[in-house]
Amino acid sequence: MLLFLVIAPLAAGALGFAFPDNRRRPIFLLVAALPHAAGVAAAWARPVAPALGGTLALDPLGKIAITTASALFLVCAMYAQGYLHRREDRDNRVLVGGLGVLLAAMTAVGLSQHLGLLWVTIEITTLSTAPLIYFNHNPRSLEAAWKYLLVCSLGIALALLGTFFLALSGAAPGGPRSLLLADLVQGGHLLSRPWVRTAFVFLLVGYGTKMGLAPLHGWKPDAYGEAPGILGALLSGAVTNFAFLAIARVFQVCRAAGEAAFAREALVAMGLLSMALAAVFLVGQRDLKRMLAYSSVEHMGILALGLGLGGTAAAGAFFHSLNNGLSKGVLFLAAGNIHRSYGSKVIDDVRGAARRLPVSGSLFLAGFLALAGTPPFSPFWSQFTILDGAFRAGRWAVAALFLLLLATVFVGMGATVLRAVQGDPAGAPERPGMGDTWYTAGPPLLLMGALLLLGVWLPAGLGELLHSAARLVAGGQP
Amino acid sequence: MAFVLVVVIDLFLLASSRLNAAIRAVALQGALLSALPLLLVTHEHELRHVLLLSAGAMAIKAGVIPWLMFRAIREETIRREVEPIVGYVPSMTLGGLGVVLSFALSRGLPLPVQAQNVYLVPAALSTVWTGLLLVLSRRKAITQVLGFLVLENGVFVIGLLLTGIMPVTVEAGVLLDLFAAVFVMGIVIFQMNREFAAMDGGKPPVEGD
Repeated sequence: MLLFLVIAPLAAGALGFAFPDNRRRPIFLLVAALPHAAGVAAAWARPVAPALGGTLALDPLGKIAITTASALFLVCAMYAQGYLHRREDRDNRVLVGGLGVLLAAMTAVGLSQHLGLLWVTIEITTLSTAPLIYFNHNPRSLEAAWKYLLVCSLGIALALLGTFFLALSGAAPGGPRSLLLADLVQGGHLLSRPWVRTAFVFLLVGYGTKMGLAPLHGWKPDAYGEAPGILGALLSGAVTNFAFLAIARVFQVCRAAGEAAFAREALVAMGLLSMALAAVFLVGQRDLKRMLAYSSVEHMGILALGLGLGGTAAAGAFFHSLNNGLSKGVLFLAAGNIHRSYGSKVIDDVRGAARRLPVSGSLFLAGFLALAGTPPFSPFWSQFTILDGAFRAGRWAVAALFLLLLATVFVGMGATVLRAVQGDPAGAPERPGMGDTWYTAGPPLLLMGALLLLGVWLPAGLGELLHSAARLVAGGQP
Repeated sequence: MAFVLVVVIDLFLLASSRLNAAIRAVALQGALLSALPLLLVTHEHELRHVLLLSAGAMAIKAGVIPWLMFRAIREETIRREVEPIVGYVPSMTLGGLGVVLSFALSRGLPLPVQAQNVYLVPAALSTVWTGLLLVLSRRKAITQVLGFLVLENGVFVIGLLLTGIMPVTVEAGVLLDLFAAVFVMGIVIFQMNREFAAMDGGKPPVEGD
């Protein structure tokens, strides 16, 4: 069952890659997405047995990340039917094949209970997406792909070093001598603490690069700015969540080894730094997609902050990873529609999007409001839970800074979004035949509906899952 | 002895201005490191596993990757110089500083396993540091790949300490990933050469969405 979740999208990607017809190839994205979504739904219905001798297992952390990714991928696959139909000038062989591999690799990251396998699969998510950033075959996207590949590879190399250090910390006679998560957590008191500490630093830097935490986010604005909207949605809404999951797994080991206080401080500091740096670049941002990239840096900071605060804030962080994924889907897909209609993504050219593209323009605004924490959408609840967690932990200064940065981002990003959405589109550059259709505007609308639904009604199963994930990783109150 | 040589190659790389020489030096470093597991092996029953690892690492680090790199620079468009952002003398100084710091740092981290060689951890850390320096201080894509390879060489040395702990599959995965990474990087470099040749022809770039 678990192996099926990995193999099905891989096979669909391979078939799509081999399929000769460029027009009908996008169907294979649905061939990858539908069985995967069905498999995830089945895993929700009843518990799944671990596979490969316990190397692959579905724990609450993995369940949240994989469900988010599966839903987002399904929506992106539907959107791609319309998008790739409009871009028949481009060979989509690599895109379809690469996305299939990406879904398989992401699932494997989520299921992986072995830190070595975790590393290998995260590296595969980088390698399978780098060529896709170059989808538009222009010098800027090439530069972006190079930056992404190089910076993430460097980060991932440092994460490998950290993984080795972690293995070394348990290598003493009597130690766990293993990289299986369960062994490391169980034998936590036997780990050599200086090595665990060093390992955490390297792993945080390594996976933090992949997650795009400041100051390691250098690749993000270029990659998200130049990639097709569908890839931006998957990178910022799904792939980064798996890097966050990797950090959460490592944090579990740190806590077992008695190094939680150190790891918590590091996470809180990096979280706040990411939010602050993103706020600086979001104020006065003129490029819509780069704006979304900095917004991603901000929200990754929120996730790190929540994990670092622990307790209820950690549950809030896991909820926020889901909400951020869905919101980023809305925003990137709507931004892609706007970009195509105007032939530009800078606000000097884009105005009156709500009038020219009634659905996509409004969705762009609604997605921004939801992500920024406006009730009744679900990101409001997750951000509120993190704030609540900060107060409960007695971290008044952190809570105040968190609120201040959220407000700054709201104002800064709001100015850019409103300028793009409001006004009269007459006189703005226009490319004919790029209006809203079912395929391009329907999928982000679905995601927006999910955000609203989760905001007014949290299913009991999901709430329980979030809390068990938080207990698993961060324990009770710090 | 081998570890001293590894560190000497690090410093040579920071000072060298010729691409050909740098590629050869990285290949030599890779070959040296691939042979190390054989020197460090302590139990007979590990021998087969270690032999496989060595052979695989040797083939990739000293064979396939240098061959790919030489192929990439055979293109006319790449000038055979390193073009540093940070000059050679400052690079050397920083590299030397890294070596000193690595020795100091590894003092503070007592190895939980029985150390096969006291120079192993400092040599690994200074190689990682050199790799980072090379990536950050060199302008050309191909030299950045070289830096990445040096960094991976350093990580590989630490990995040697773990032969008894990690299953072979993980090491094989790591090696394959390294190979795939360099391969994809090679494709991107190839595209860059083509893109910049096409730009001279005045083809307007596509507006991506």
